[in-house]
Amino acid sequence: MTSKKIRVLVAKPGLDGHDRGARVVARALRDAGMEVIYTGLHQTPEQVAETALQEDVDVVGLSILSGTHMTLVPKIKRLLVDNSMKDVLLVVGGIIPEEDAMVLINEGYADQVFTPGDALEKICSYITGHFT
Amino acid sequence: MDNSQKMSTLKKRLEEWQDQVSTMAERPVSFNTISGVPVKQLYSPLDVDKFDYEKDLGLPGSYPYTRGVQDNMYRGRYWTMRQFSGFGDAFDSNRRYRYLLEQGQTGLSVAFDLPTIMGYDSDHERSLGEVGRCGVAIDSLEDMETLFDQIPLDRVTTSMTINGPAAILWCMYLANAENHGVSLRQVGGTIQNDILKEYIAQKSWIFPPVPSMRLITDIFSFATDHVPKWNTISISGYHIREAGSTAVQELAFTLADGFAYIEAGIAAGLNVDTFAPRLSFFFNAHLDFFEEICKYRAARRIWSRHLKERYGAKDPRSLKLRFHTQTAGCSLTAQEPENNIVRTALEALSAVLGGTQSLHTNSMDEVLALPTEKAVTIALRTQQIIAHESGVANTIDPLAGSYYVEALTTQMEAEAEVYFDRIEQLGGVLKAIDCGFFQQEIADAAYLYQLAVERQERIIVGVNRFNSDEKPQIELLKIDPDVEFKQVEKLSKLRKKRDNNAVSSALSELKVTAATNENLIPKILAAVKCYTTEGEIVAALKEVFGVYKEKPLF
Repeated sequence: MTSKKIRVLVAKPGLDGHDRGARVVARALRDAGMEVIYTGLHQTPEQVAETALQEDVDVVGLSILSGTHMTLVPKIKRLLVDNSMKDVLLVVGGIIPEEDAMVLINEGYADQVFTPGDALEKICSYITGHFT
Repeated sequence: MDNSQKMSTLKKRLEEWQDQVSTMAERPVSFNTISGVPVKQLYSPLDVDKFDYEKDLGLPGSYPYTRGVQDNMYRGRYWTMRQFSGFGDAFDSNRRYRYLLEQGQTGLSVAFDLPTIMGYDSDHERSLGEVGRCGVAIDSLEDMETLFDQIPLDRVTTSMTINGPAAILWCMYLANAENHGVSLRQVGGTIQNDILKEYIAQKSWIFPPVPSMRLITDIFSFATDHVPKWNTISISGYHIREAGSTAVQELAFTLADGFAYIEAGIAAGLNVDTFAPRLSFFFNAHLDFFEEICKYRAARRIWSRHLKERYGAKDPRSLKLRFHTQTAGCSLTAQEPENNIVRTALEALSAVLGGTQSLHTNSMDEVLALPTEKAVTIALRTQQIIAHESGVANTIDPLAGSYYVEALTTQMEAEAEVYFDRIEQLGGVLKAIDCGFFQQEIADAAYLYQLAVERQERIIVGVNRFNSDEKPQIELLKIDPDVEFKQVEKLSKLRKKRDNNAVSSALSELKVTAATNENLIPKILAAVKCYTTEGEIVAALKEVFGVYKEKPLF
């Protein structure tokens, strides 16, 4: 482990405008010492992958509250892999039913899924733990 | 003893009592409202010593309307029980609406899917995976016809949660009503049409602020002349609160938006009394019971005072703040979801005690998915139990005169006035949006709230205290994955069978008019009548108006 800061892209893909969670998590990650880039709203999967590449991030955090996760997450994962970013940690937060979360993780589309009620501390320590 | 003697005796006794209780141990928590406002251990006549009954309360149905906007409030009739609902395609949602009406619901409220909200047709590439998920997919007048099939539009009023493309969906509703023999003068309902709170909180925008405000004043003016029973806007604090604001921020930012619409209408040459009576409001009902009740009471008083004193409104109807309430989605928990029934009941009770005109109660499962029929029935029953069993609707504004309630109402009004001054100093609502003022205030409040939850300074039962490891065992509504496919197929058939020459000429007329100051509504109405789709109309308007981009901040 070097002292280099973990770089995280917090992204809002799709048409969903609910950004309270994304912005609270972005701030918590920053307060935990990470370098955070926030995409803003209404991003296409291509825009998310493009920003991840340009910003050379270690982590991509997707926030999806509209039920579109089964379409968007696999698509973004494929684009990351196509752009030689298969090792980027991909975490997802939002209203994700447990059975969908299992599919996303077991099929390798996401490394971890967080849902309403999960503590900020849990999210931060999951990410830092991964890079220790 | 005269009054001032009585007050000074009381003051002395209170001080003695204070000395005595200050030595007693209190629970080790901070006694704040959910918005972080400190609450005293006791309120007394000393907290309302400047209070003037006539000036600050008056009677129900009269200035300053603190006690309610109607003379007889719920003694005359209950609030409208209006469950926000929509999913899948127009056929699925129509079935749910008819079920709710059969169960005793008294008005409809349409939830649209995200492509409809953002102005994309179901076959647009940006709609992929989103069709029918968060609401119902509506592309054209054809879908609107299906959505209201067998529903009497002359008797049922409909509220539509639509903002950026509000004018288009409204025109589809009006065209459908006319086709069923219901005249525009008869038809009643509400469109949300509140673009300012989209930039501030809900973030479903299409066009930049200036053309968006023009569409809104076009709607005001068209409705004044042709659709007099329609509520042309529902100025919304709901989303501001859901985005994480405090109660006072919700109150202040919503009313500031309201004043901005009044000013836009006046600037467009309308007399305030011709359009102000059709403005309505939409507030959140969060968990802090008394704070919420005071928020509604303060809102009515502020609105009437500003309309009368600042904007010179003379028609009493212009001074009345009528509002819809929805219980707080953000207060629901995914853990032990049945507890949400109780949270919602408390929130709904505060809305009723605060004098709401209509109410949506959230279903217990809405934090996990769109509600099942069973969950939405319990939510509706909650309102019916409050109305018919609890007795709270027997008398008007029953909490008036409570030292706490009156003191907090006055305090919230004063704090809102401080915000109005700050917004004014920033150059008004549009300038304040542009510099991210509201967005930052709300983000700060949301973060502080979350930190308080993390530190267990704020307890959420079943989440950070009293929690069990049991997984929720409740049935969830599944959206048929074929909805998107079926909707796209229906749309492609429509594009073949309609009169495409009429469509292209309607679209070119629309673009020409958009570039002038002429009212756009008649052109949009003409376009929807020949089955031009929502996405086609929005795309045409984007060519003239451009699109809005937000500076991302957190």
